[in-house]
Amino acid sequence: MKLMWFHLMPYTELPEDFNQKHPSVWVDIHSSLFDPKRAHHMYNDFMDELEYAAELGYDAVCVNEHHSNGYGLMPSPNLIASSLARRTTDTALCVMGNSLALYNPPTRVAEEFAMIDCISGGRLIAGFPVGSPMDTCYAYGQNPSLLRERYYEAHDLVKKAWTEKDTFAFSGRYNQQRYVNIWPRPIQNDPHPPIWIPGGGSVETWRWCAEMDYVYCYLSYYGYKAGLSTMQGFWTEMEKLGKDRNPYRAGFLQFVGVAESRQQALDLYTEPAEYFYGRCLHVDARFATPPGYTTEATQRAGIESMVAKAANTASYSNKLSLKATNMKDIVDGGYVIIGSPDEVVEQIRHVATSLNVGHLMLLLQYGNMSKQTTKYNTRLFAEQVMPKVKDLFGDWEDKWWPKPLAKGQRAAVPAFRPQTVAAE
Amino acid sequence: MSQPATTTVEINGFPCRVWTKGQGPKLGFLAGLGGLPRWLPFLDKLAETRTVVAPSLPGYPGATGHTELDSHLDWVLTVRQLLDKAGLAGADLVGASVGGAFAAEMAAIFPAHVARLILIAPFGLFDDKEPAADPWAQRRDALPGLMCADGANWTALVAPPDGANSVEWPIEMSRASEAAARAFWPLGNTRLEKRLGLIAAPTLVLWGEHDTLLPPSYAQKFARGIDHGNGGATRIETIPGAGHLAYLDQPDAVARAVLAHLG
Repeated sequence: MKLMWFHLMPYTELPEDFNQKHPSVWVDIHSSLFDPKRAHHMYNDFMDELEYAAELGYDAVCVNEHHSNGYGLMPSPNLIASSLARRTTDTALCVMGNSLALYNPPTRVAEEFAMIDCISGGRLIAGFPVGSPMDTCYAYGQNPSLLRERYYEAHDLVKKAWTEKDTFAFSGRYNQQRYVNIWPRPIQNDPHPPIWIPGGGSVETWRWCAEMDYVYCYLSYYGYKAGLSTMQGFWTEMEKLGKDRNPYRAGFLQFVGVAESRQQALDLYTEPAEYFYGRCLHVDARFATPPGYTTEATQRAGIESMVAKAANTASYSNKLSLKATNMKDIVDGGYVIIGSPDEVVEQIRHVATSLNVGHLMLLLQYGNMSKQTTKYNTRLFAEQVMPKVKDLFGDWEDKWWPKPLAKGQRAAVPAFRPQTVAAE
Repeated sequence: MSQPATTTVEINGFPCRVWTKGQGPKLGFLAGLGGLPRWLPFLDKLAETRTVVAPSLPGYPGATGHTELDSHLDWVLTVRQLLDKAGLAGADLVGASVGGAFAAEMAAIFPAHVARLILIAPFGLFDDKEPAADPWAQRRDALPGLMCADGANWTALVAPPDGANSVEWPIEMSRASEAAARAFWPLGNTRLEKRLGLIAAPTLVLWGEHDTLLPPSYAQKFARGIDHGNGGATRIETIPGAGHLAYLDQPDAVARAVLAHLG
């Protein structure tokens, strides 16, 4: 299986009383909370951590896009990915991803992803999320009723820009360009870089991924227990559509904290986990449901399941537990897997097999976790967990993984030499 | 309160409900946010002396087809067809809130289509010194108080009637919100100010005194804009005890003001 190291880049110094004094971590989070001098160190720490994960042999490093967000400091993940393209060698670069409808024209995504693919020697995974309501409709002012149509059209345009050999005119509902002809073009051109789709649990998205032969990724912050029914739904739909159970059709996000013992893990990871589930997920409900963002089919499925669940107190309490912000409930709920290396191995194998997920995206930094603790978590996982789970799904071929240039064909990137040293 | 007669017209291949009730000269009504999930006492009052014709805009209760409309021009031409097919060409027209913005467009772009015009807290302008509130970013419990001076009036408008389908009713209500968002996201600003001066119809601008969604001071902006076209024949009236959807809060007072303007 593939083990991928994911960074959200959270602002690590939100105040203790953040939830009491501020309505939302997203959209209208106050500028006075942002100290650029501190962010200088945060960005550099985070990029050190991503590079460290690459050195330790994780299959990929992952970055994503958020706007006006106190737990996601990457409005442009492409900037981070381009830096990682120079500071890593063999690791896949998973940009998870670019919210297509936010780019005008969307060929900007085709171009920037092609640049990253060229610079990295063909290591790009191209993620295309619709984007959250907070990012797209509120922070970026996109019309929720047009968002999905724009997304699908932008997808068609980007894909055609990557694959069409001649300059072409694109006459869409929302995008019209007389001359589409991107330079540079991606190294992965057979037919294009792998496309992965992070999505919620809608049947429409599953069907689309199956039809296009894309990887579906469920990036929930609530872990494998809450994610089980979604992934079961996904595999049931794949079966209906006549698709095989190749686990590499799917990706899943999981928080992990590994230490010498379960107690030590609790000691190390309670604060950053509670910081994340408390302060980072403190999102004002008024930004959750812009009208038209959720399709009527998905609304209908949601209302019907609520009606079905109304009599079922177990599911109701399960829903409430999704709001847990203390470590015991966070761990009991499976949001964060913690333990000694062997305990984590057992749980990771359980997650991968029960959800049938070949691409496991790991959050080993979360909340206000320090660089030192992050590196410890990352190293211990790489050394003592990874070797005992890598064997999973060995019988399946990952047809959705980047195909970089052979090593001998790739540019030699000189080691970084700080100028102060050179001047001496 | 008896129910109106229901007919259906087809616009862009989609059905749109038209409600008709009353006697006398025709009076069109384009509803505000939420549309017309049910017939209203306000419309009943008007129907005592006028034939009230209330077509549903695409996506509002009783009508679909909003998903076909991509631009403001699409919307404007759709409303024009709706007025034609509902038999409202040349009639007096009342438009409220989102429907008010379209009523103003009709009077500006197709002056022969609108005899006398009444705008009740219409959308279409945005002043960053006095920003309108965001109707699409509200906590569930805050929305009724933004729509009406007495939030219970909004709650009653959207409450499912006896026998309503428990799945489809809430979807229909959220569809109305989507249709409004589709035309007016994110600020409600359709640059209508550029066209207000084309309005030649004698116009009454009504505003709820307690409108917390669109500031009542916007009434002056509308009147000033329209006065270029109709030579200062625009009147402003404030409705005491009313919020944004003034016709829900004060149906009698709003109906009286409308009928007085129509003469």
